[in-house]
Amino acid sequence: MRFYEYEARKIVELAGIPVTKYGFCTSAEEARKVAEEIGGPVVIKSQVLTGGRMKAGGVKFADTPEEAAQHAEEILKLEINGHMPRGVLVDPKAEVKQEYYASVVWDGTAKKPLMLFSDMGGIDIEEVAETHPDHVGKGHISNLLPVGDFEAKQVVAATGVTGSQLNRATPILARLARLFRDNDMTLAEINPLAELTDGSFVALDAHMEMENEAVGRQKKLLRKELQIAEDDTRETYEPSDFEKNVSAIDAADHRGVIQGKDHGFTGNLGLVIGAGGGSLTLTDAVRNQGGQPANYSEIGGNPSVAKACGLAKEVLEKDGVEKIAVMMSIVSNTRVDIVARGVIKACLELGKDPGETIAIFRIPGAWEDEGFKILEKYGVEYCDRSVSMWEAAGRAVSKIQGAPA
Amino acid sequence: MSILLSKDTTFIVQGITGREAVNLTKECLDYGSKVVGGVTPGRKGREVHGVPVFDTVAQAVEHHGGPIDGSVVTVPPAFTKDAVLEAIENGIKLIVIVTERVPRGDVAQMVELAEMRGARIIGPNCLGLIVPEVCKMGGIGGPAKDAAKAYQPGRVGVMSRSGGMTTEISSSLTQAGLGVSTAVSIGGDAIIGSAYAELMPYFEADEQTEAIVIYTEPGGRMEAQLAEWVKDNNSRLPIVAFMAGKFMDDEEMKGMSFGHAGTIVEGKEDTATEKIARLEAAGIRVVERIDEIPDVVKEKLGATA
Repeated sequence: MRFYEYEARKIVELAGIPVTKYGFCTSAEEARKVAEEIGGPVVIKSQVLTGGRMKAGGVKFADTPEEAAQHAEEILKLEINGHMPRGVLVDPKAEVKQEYYASVVWDGTAKKPLMLFSDMGGIDIEEVAETHPDHVGKGHISNLLPVGDFEAKQVVAATGVTGSQLNRATPILARLARLFRDNDMTLAEINPLAELTDGSFVALDAHMEMENEAVGRQKKLLRKELQIAEDDTRETYEPSDFEKNVSAIDAADHRGVIQGKDHGFTGNLGLVIGAGGGSLTLTDAVRNQGGQPANYSEIGGNPSVAKACGLAKEVLEKDGVEKIAVMMSIVSNTRVDIVARGVIKACLELGKDPGETIAIFRIPGAWEDEGFKILEKYGVEYCDRSVSMWEAAGRAVSKIQGAPA
Repeated sequence: MSILLSKDTTFIVQGITGREAVNLTKECLDYGSKVVGGVTPGRKGREVHGVPVFDTVAQAVEHHGGPIDGSVVTVPPAFTKDAVLEAIENGIKLIVIVTERVPRGDVAQMVELAEMRGARIIGPNCLGLIVPEVCKMGGIGGPAKDAAKAYQPGRVGVMSRSGGMTTEISSSLTQAGLGVSTAVSIGGDAIIGSAYAELMPYFEADEQTEAIVIYTEPGGRMEAQLAEWVKDNNSRLPIVAFMAGKFMDDEEMKGMSFGHAGTIVEGKEDTATEKIARLEAAGIRVVERIDEIPDVVKEKLGATA
């Protein structure tokens, strides 16, 4: 789950990391008030979940509250990379002496969080790591033991930072590491971490991402502190009608799991496929043999006839879908006969001939003899494990390409 | 020979009274595995297919009268960490976590404790492992008769991030007369107990294993880790890899995950294209089509013989 900058700012603030006196505003009038309270030059930043704000004109400076209101008015109407802003952040224009970088990320190989610190902040850390590796400090933290300030100190000191800067930066990095662990983050980044002319350190910009699997147990932070609504899932794109319908069918019945996605798919061959790895393999197999999938889907965990039927119907009703391919890797839990019944039912209910509509049925495994008997009755072409997933996908592709337009 | 399991391996099932766990217990018993107990808090005194149920792992160990080798954990995500820590602290050394959607922080905690105690975790989000005709630990391969159809004893070790694809690939190796030495469904999450490189030393030490097949996906760095392991260890085992999910490299698919939670691409090294390049640079053959696997394995075995 991704966070807007104003939320990320709040998260670091809650963890005891110093921030500037900022305000989140959804109108020009609010922006004027916040600018008045701040007193002095401010910066107005668009709150969107996408990069490239600066280039797009989503960040502007103002010397007076009137100017701040004017900029806020414009930025609130400005679409950036297809996203409308949720509001603007009004921040004092900081007098920065030096910019630093602090973050915590997962190291999947070590299976531990990794702290990163650099005295070259404000720019892309991967670039710094490549060009100035001696300016990047790194250190893992334990998943079980308390995070000691000394661990953060070692990482800061590794970049050559010393003196009061070391002593100011150390607790900030340690707190960032603790908040990463406590809040189930997958990314906790402060960039830049600014040393102001008065010697104090503040988080000028922060970027946070939380693991989706942990959203359920972070309710206190999400709902209470940040006031994020339950249905505000922050997906990278708006779900389509197809995607919404498939998840509604899935939610209506606890038996088995179906999923459907069609973002980025525009083809004519509907895919009723499964399970996780099987679906990835089959989607590639269709595309690599010249086929154009209309969607991606997953069947798993032995869904009911109604669920399999619901998924097949949704796929068949997509614009431009002429045929469906029903394919899975060998199943041991999902029953072949149940999926067969479901997809045939879908064809019949839509007034289509299953033998014509189902380009291929390749699901070997549990209850396959029963399933194949049903398919035979309706004239559907099917195959067992002796036909590979690649070959089955190829047969489906050649059928649709041979079909009249 | 085999890795991690033998005919004498004993294990329990945590969460044994759940619907899927009941099926899994029967499948394992039918296959000849030694399921010596089950745990569901509050259900002490019941039986599942003749297997006694206890409230705690300690009770199961006491009833067994000695150390138990393994545990299959199939409890809801919110309770998984506690169940695994309980198993580890009661001396269990091999833990298969079936549960999906366990947060990474929890998995990392379990793995860290396992390392401290000398235990090994397989999964989460996996179907377990199987040594054909010897032992099946987890739902891998399904009912005993289906598992027998897909998994015959043989020369090839299989590791896969997808449970279903473990069986699909093993079945093709069985059909081709190559058979399987041990097959491990390692799990589809971003952090798992045992990645390819961590299981390679076991296969390397197993005389029965003559080649390795891996099934892999976008997301994470475990393929790069394997490539490094192969370069550093001068492995005797030829490795054949299959990469699924190449379509995820398309620009429109950016930021999305498909199939398994672990397929989330968080850096440019995580893409299918980049991984294939790394594996190939380490001398690992990456096949384009899933059905090429048995022939390429035969070719590699011919070359090493």
